[in-house]
Amino acid sequence: MQLAVLMGFLLAAVAPLLHHWFGGHTARVIAAYPALVAVWLLGLAPEILAGETLLLEWAWVPGLDISLTFFIDGLSWLFAMLITVIGAMVLVYAGEYLRGHRDLARFLVIITAFMMSMLGLVLADNLVTLFVFWELTSITSYLLIGFNHTDPEARKSALQGLFVTAGGGLALLAGFAMLGVAGDSWSLVELNAQGEALREHALYAPLLVCVLLGAFTKSAQFPFHFWLPNAMAAPTPVSAYLHSATMVKAGVYLLARLHPSLGGTELWVITLSLVGALTMATGAFLAIQHTNIKKLLAYSTVMALGTLTMLLGIGTDGALTAFVVFLLAHSLYKGALFMVAGILDHETGTKDVTAMGGLRSLMPRTAVVAAVAAVSLAGLPPLLGFLGKELMFKAVLEAEAWRWLILLLAFTAAFLTLAVAAVVVLRPFAGKRRETPNTPHDPPGDMLVGPALLAGLSLIFGLAPGLLDGLVSVTASGIGASEVSAHLTLWHGVNLPLILSLASLALGILVFRHWDGVRSALGRLEPLMARGPEACYEGMMRGLVTVAEWQTRMLQNGYIRNYLVMTLLVLLGLVGHALFFRHSPSFPFSLDAYFHEVVTAGLMVAGAVTACVMRSRLAAVAAVGIMGFSIALTFVLFSAPDLAITQLLVETLTVILLVLVLFRLPRFATLSTTMERLRDLVVACLVGTMVTLLMLSVLGGERLPRISDYMVENSQPLGHGHNIVNVILVDFRALDTLGEMFVLALAAIGVHAMMRFHAEEYDAKPSAPSERYDG
Amino acid sequence: MVKPGTLILTVAARLLLPLQLLFSLFLLLRGHDEPGGGFIAGLVAAGAFALYLFAFGLRAMQAMLKVSPRDLIGMGLLLGVLSTVPAWWVGDPFFTAQWWTIPIIDFKASTPLIFDIGVYLVVLGSVLTAISALIKTDHENQPDPEEATWNP
Repeated sequence: MQLAVLMGFLLAAVAPLLHHWFGGHTARVIAAYPALVAVWLLGLAPEILAGETLLLEWAWVPGLDISLTFFIDGLSWLFAMLITVIGAMVLVYAGEYLRGHRDLARFLVIITAFMMSMLGLVLADNLVTLFVFWELTSITSYLLIGFNHTDPEARKSALQGLFVTAGGGLALLAGFAMLGVAGDSWSLVELNAQGEALREHALYAPLLVCVLLGAFTKSAQFPFHFWLPNAMAAPTPVSAYLHSATMVKAGVYLLARLHPSLGGTELWVITLSLVGALTMATGAFLAIQHTNIKKLLAYSTVMALGTLTMLLGIGTDGALTAFVVFLLAHSLYKGALFMVAGILDHETGTKDVTAMGGLRSLMPRTAVVAAVAAVSLAGLPPLLGFLGKELMFKAVLEAEAWRWLILLLAFTAAFLTLAVAAVVVLRPFAGKRRETPNTPHDPPGDMLVGPALLAGLSLIFGLAPGLLDGLVSVTASGIGASEVSAHLTLWHGVNLPLILSLASLALGILVFRHWDGVRSALGRLEPLMARGPEACYEGMMRGLVTVAEWQTRMLQNGYIRNYLVMTLLVLLGLVGHALFFRHSPSFPFSLDAYFHEVVTAGLMVAGAVTACVMRSRLAAVAAVGIMGFSIALTFVLFSAPDLAITQLLVETLTVILLVLVLFRLPRFATLSTTMERLRDLVVACLVGTMVTLLMLSVLGGERLPRISDYMVENSQPLGHGHNIVNVILVDFRALDTLGEMFVLALAAIGVHAMMRFHAEEYDAKPSAPSERYDG
Repeated sequence: MVKPGTLILTVAARLLLPLQLLFSLFLLLRGHDEPGGGFIAGLVAAGAFALYLFAFGLRAMQAMLKVSPRDLIGMGLLLGVLSTVPAWWVGDPFFTAQWWTIPIIDFKASTPLIFDIGVYLVVLGSVLTAISALIKTDHENQPDPEEATWNP
């Protein structure tokens, strides 16, 4: 399985090549891959349905306990099936939807990479691996939302989605780290086996908050729901796949996955059920105000994600059963509806449902598919959506915390969703024919096969829910603690959920009949909406830019003298604090120095002072040179020949470089005020004093073991060399040296680039062709 | 600014360059046991080329060097990274030094030596890149008629 995912990434990488070979058929060729994986998964079905858990081990970084181990239980299997099956259909659909688009190859690369990331996410056993795949889905989602990168709106939405989900990702990382510490394992299987201990751990509350932040941002829960409707700037296949069927469910998946280890506490139940219910109602409420068909569907996705979170929060056996059924039902009908929305957009040239009408005679096949899927969305029999909704109502009635509030929110969401379903299918297809920018007709088979299959599955599972018994039972017991054995039937007899459904049907029809009126009434709430979470996000982004500008002006203003002062002050503060307050330093001091040592030190000081007061650059350079050579002399005196040679050579080359630079500098001028020079003097003196004290205290108190002893002892036996300095450089600390080599290389390339570009700017002439050193 | 040079400088540079380069190789190879090593040797070699450059000009130096200084940086980095690979080959942790003795000449070859040669090339390449960048803009800004026709 790991190989399947890795091969998939490889496939993504060669997609442009395939596009070159197969042209318009590429999408179909690539779609064969997820289809194959789905077939393979289907082969596992007997074992999964028997309640077995497959653990596919694969070591990755054994030293850090990070593995690429996958494990497949009911939940993973269900998600993997959804990802591969819907993935294959979306690919086929996209091949037609984006036919002739100049960036089709790029699209295929990203969406295939996304598919594999998502597959890895739902199969990973290791928290670190899961997180890597999690972030990969965020990044690929960003690229897909911003697919039409010439559209500033799409770019903005992509960035918004990335910020919200990646911000949550950071919280999730912290949560995972705490989870790993609390459970002393990175493996989900092992963590889920010790739920009791985790729930009583001191870190439980903070880690849960962090994990929830990650899951809520990813799954667009209130108040982070705003990025999802904006993500509709993506091409419709992306909306159908990422932003309804798969990626946004990653957060819900994670919550379900962690339910055995973290779920069931008061904090969990109340947070999840309230946030979920609130998201549900908000999503449905916002959906009803929009006329753009993709926005309508997006907000109803928010509503569905809220429902799933709420059901996990309630957490009873019934709620978990409802969770699985609702999850499956939603993926099927929402995927189908999004693809239908794409067809409508493609064929009519508009996304506004109020501008469409009477399309059923022009697009009869699309109309049938849309109707079936929408009936499932509405939660009417005999579709799977009906079962999901009934079970949801039943679960809400079992809720322990805040039951009536949740019920009220769920009921509101239900009848508003029904109205949304009616709007989505009846407005475009029924009623009088309206003129649209393009003359629509049924799309090619490639675009219809996906939605038709998904809608068909909704219908089959609705009519014969017994087919799902096994899967639902296994998955629900995998999420919950006790053994659940579900028996799904379409008809439960007359009970409270059915009555609620009937009431929501009546109210939903009422809302649909007066939809235009409802919309204009709700339109008056616009000023209130403008202060919603999205406004907070906007404000935060503006604040971020302001702070960034301010701190750049303050800290990164381009004057090296300011950088130096800042760096030295920080050094002074930190080292000074550590030296005087964390230790009690003693400064043994004696004046028994040899005459030549005093002379050398005196030369150094004289050189430094001269360099500061000279008003000619050449003289200052010479003075600095004196200082450097005195330092080299010191190294010689204390028998460090390597350092002395290096210092001498560096001094020599410094002179060469300075000679090259000097004459090009502007005339010597005094740029700083007297006060600034005084400030610099004070800083310099303080730093000098502190370094002196530091050296004295290090030499005086032998309180720390000397690391050089190890080097001296092991240089010959381990490093096979007598020159300890060199053995340290190329053997003991070779990694540091390697890093420094890269720094040096970068610096040289930086000089090269700076001088070249500066010269070009200066001469205002086009860049010379790259020079060749062929003599 | 840099006007290729006076008689004494040219003669001296011509004579000194091979000596300096030999000395730099000597420093490089003895570095593991005696004072020396890749960094110092690289600086010495860079000094040698810089002297040659001052004596004969940028073009002559480039002709002498045959390859671009930036390519030297690349080669050095490559050698540095390659020297980490043999440890993987024998299953040791990353960057563990490996030693082989070449039988007939009894020479101790090792990954630290390869690494040191990498350091040498990076230092040489970096200094020469910086110097030629500084000199080149100089030429571009103030085209010197003498420079164009001058031939050693």
